Amino acid sequence: MIVSAKAEEILESLWISTEEKGEDAAHFERLGIAPTDEGLAELVRLAFVEVHGEWVRLRKEGREEARMTVRRHRLAERLMMDILDIKGASGDERACEFEHLLHHGVDTKICTLLNHPTTCPHGKPIPPGSCCEQARQDGEVGVVALTELKAGERGEIAYLAATDVSKMQKLMSMGVLPGSDLLVTRTFPSYIFKVGHSEFAVDGDLAREIFVRKA
Amino acid sequence: MQKEPQAEKKIILVGNPNVGKSVVFNSLTGSYTTVSNYPGTSVEVSRGHCQIDSENFLVLDTPGMYSLLPITEEERVARRILLEESPHVVLHVIDARNLERMLPMTLQLIEAGLPVVVLVNIMDEAERIGMQIDIPLLQEKLQVPVVGGAMGRGKRGLAEVREAIGQYRVGKATFTYASDLEKDIQKISALLLGDYILARRSLTLMLLQRDDEIAQRVRDREGDRYAGVESAVNDTIFARRVDLHLRISLERKRICKGLLDGVVTQRSGQQPALVDRFSAWTMNPWTGVPLLLLVLYFGLYQFVGGFGAGTIVDFLEGTVFEEFLNPWVIGLCEKYIPWYWLNELLVGEYGLFTLGVRYAFAIILPIVGTFFIAFAVIEDSGYFPRLAMLVDRVFKKIGLNGRAVIPMVLGFGCDTMATVVTRTLESSRERIIATLLLALAIPCSAQMGVILGLLSGVPGALVVWLACMIGVFLLVGLLAAQVVPGERPMFYMEIPPMRMPQLQNVLVKTLTRMQWYFMEIFPLFMIASVLLWAGKLTGALQWLVEAFNPVMRLLGLPHEASAAFIFGFFRRDFGAAGLYDLQTEGLLDPVQLTVAAVTLTLFVPCVAQFLVMQKERGWRTSLVIFFLVTGLAFSVGWALNRFLLMTGILA
Repeated sequence: MIVSAKAEEILESLWISTEEKGEDAAHFERLGIAPTDEGLAELVRLAFVEVHGEWVRLRKEGREEARMTVRRHRLAERLMMDILDIKGASGDERACEFEHLLHHGVDTKICTLLNHPTTCPHGKPIPPGSCCEQARQDGEVGVVALTELKAGERGEIAYLAATDVSKMQKLMSMGVLPGSDLLVTRTFPSYIFKVGHSEFAVDGDLAREIFVRKA
Repeated sequence: MQKEPQAEKKIILVGNPNVGKSVVFNSLTGSYTTVSNYPGTSVEVSRGHCQIDSENFLVLDTPGMYSLLPITEEERVARRILLEESPHVVLHVIDARNLERMLPMTLQLIEAGLPVVVLVNIMDEAERIGMQIDIPLLQEKLQVPVVGGAMGRGKRGLAEVREAIGQYRVGKATFTYASDLEKDIQKISALLLGDYILARRSLTLMLLQRDDEIAQRVRDREGDRYAGVESAVNDTIFARRVDLHLRISLERKRICKGLLDGVVTQRSGQQPALVDRFSAWTMNPWTGVPLLLLVLYFGLYQFVGGFGAGTIVDFLEGTVFEEFLNPWVIGLCEKYIPWYWLNELLVGEYGLFTLGVRYAFAIILPIVGTFFIAFAVIEDSGYFPRLAMLVDRVFKKIGLNGRAVIPMVLGFGCDTMATVVTRTLESSRERIIATLLLALAIPCSAQMGVILGLLSGVPGALVVWLACMIGVFLLVGLLAAQVVPGERPMFYMEIPPMRMPQLQNVLVKTLTRMQWYFMEIFPLFMIASVLLWAGKLTGALQWLVEAFNPVMRLLGLPHEASAAFIFGFFRRDFGAAGLYDLQTEGLLDPVQLTVAAVTLTLFVPCVAQFLVMQKERGWRTSLVIFFLVTGLAFSVGWALNRFLLMTGILA
């Protein structure tokens, strides 16, 4: 079941007030709504919330929906900042619009694409979804930057994040290609890794652009 | 450049860096080789000759390249040679240990329709790490001659290479990519109707990867038809915008995997050899820095400073020239040449023989020669990439990356040559900063030899001098990194395996550098002698020296020192040697000596270096650097004099 965008905004604020700030209920003013708000009426009809005077309380039945709404919002923020590189106020705005589209499993896909992040760009926790739980049980580490590997760890090169095409071409022609196995032998003062029988040294900036599926 | 007979067939050596290409080149050609810039470029190409079955071949050694698609200037030149020289055979040298990584380029060469012979080199090392390579099977699959060898060890495989070159027959293997990619390649190569050296299929792939030089060549050949080619290429690039480069690379990798199937077998469970552990030590800062100091102490201080600048110079200068040659030549001139001015020109105070030839052969030759030997030994062992990795973080702070350590270290031999080598740096920002630092704070071996000798008599002076050099180097580097515009450099480098330096490589590298040094620098010695001679006769020198006296006074130096600074510009080491004379005459106290040495080391590079700077960086940049360096040298000298007098250090 999908609630309206307005109702989602209310649920989100309610979750933050009650679950993260430990308050019992949230005032109309806090939620930025009037008593006649359509979204509120919708939530009351679904028995997700109850209204006491000017205070709104999140019911047990609405908790899961609220939790997932917050999750979608923060995933959208991460997507804006990390992948689409839209930062600051404009990123926040786009994320607010975008979160309402993350239904029907799209959230799961984005969560997997982002490698199951645990916090939003502002440092708040992202409530884990079933995909995160599944990944944890399977012991998946997903794809991480080369900088996340310690000396002695192995992995398979997943992809090269191209910011400078000619440098990426250089790496590719030296044989640093997706699908190749890689062994990190040093991480300081520079990153040193072996591909096949060859050894390469790269600095942190470049290491951050080589993404590895940990073995 | 000498003219080559038209009929001589060409053998072109290509391959990645660090696969032993130059050893192969030396084994093929023997000793008669010339190194010169490839026409119109700044990249050096070695040429030599060899005879196979009584037929003469011209052998060209190209700079290392990773792919037919060039990124660096060296790779561009290597490819131009392939495009323009119409080779009889292209000898692709590859590293047996890294077949999977090197074969994609073999593939590209064969795909381009070039007459390829593959030399799988370094077989001995591959066998040591438990690899077995089925060379006949690889040859069958590639359909070009494949030879296994280990050129560094007893020239294994040389006879087979010569045989393969002598009886070359063109093979005709084609490697097919995935069908969707093939369709695009066919579509575009069908549009190429002109005459080309490279196969159309290969041209198409390079066009698709946005190779401007190939696009230009195709435009020239196709004329009006080019618009059609361009739009077909652009359509395909757009349609495959997501992953075209990657697809091509991965397809090649897939094909190579298939080629290697059954060719390579690997025994596992090898113990890391001592050399691998040693390699790890050089890259760990805790062990790497002490090792670096050891290398500097024995390589530079003991071998170059002690043996070259001490023992050999003493013998050549003190014994050979002072006791035998000089009196003999001077006597000869006085006996047969009645004119004062000519006598002065030849054997006077600044005479061509007494100053020019004597300095060149008795002082510079041993110092620079020993330095180049030490440099070649270190270079051949594979230590430099490890050093580059070790210093990368520090060099980033001064706007360079680890790669710049090679021209910097070379600068301790000859700053002029090092300024030429800054070409290998990637961005113009790095090249400017490196040029500035070389001009300012890196003393060349000739200068250092004299300065070490000069300061070694005064306890503490060497420490002050060293502290000043390091301080100025870092400070100016930090500032330059802030001021010079451009992007932050990135560091990536292949780390070749460590190995025992090979005598032949060391000799060839040393001789090549010595040859360059004498061709470029020796005439300047002579010009400098003539200029000084003319200056002395006309009185211009005296005037210039006097004009410099106030500056000397500011630095607290006796006015005799100004001659050293004037000469310093003609040769950095002339200046230092001038100070040496002053010291032996007892004209300098420890403070003055230190101030003079610091100022002179920082002071304007020699004439040769300035000319090279101008050639490499242009008038504007080189003049800015010139004035900056001069200003800095004297301000640091002035400040140091004040500081030393105030604190009483060295007093």
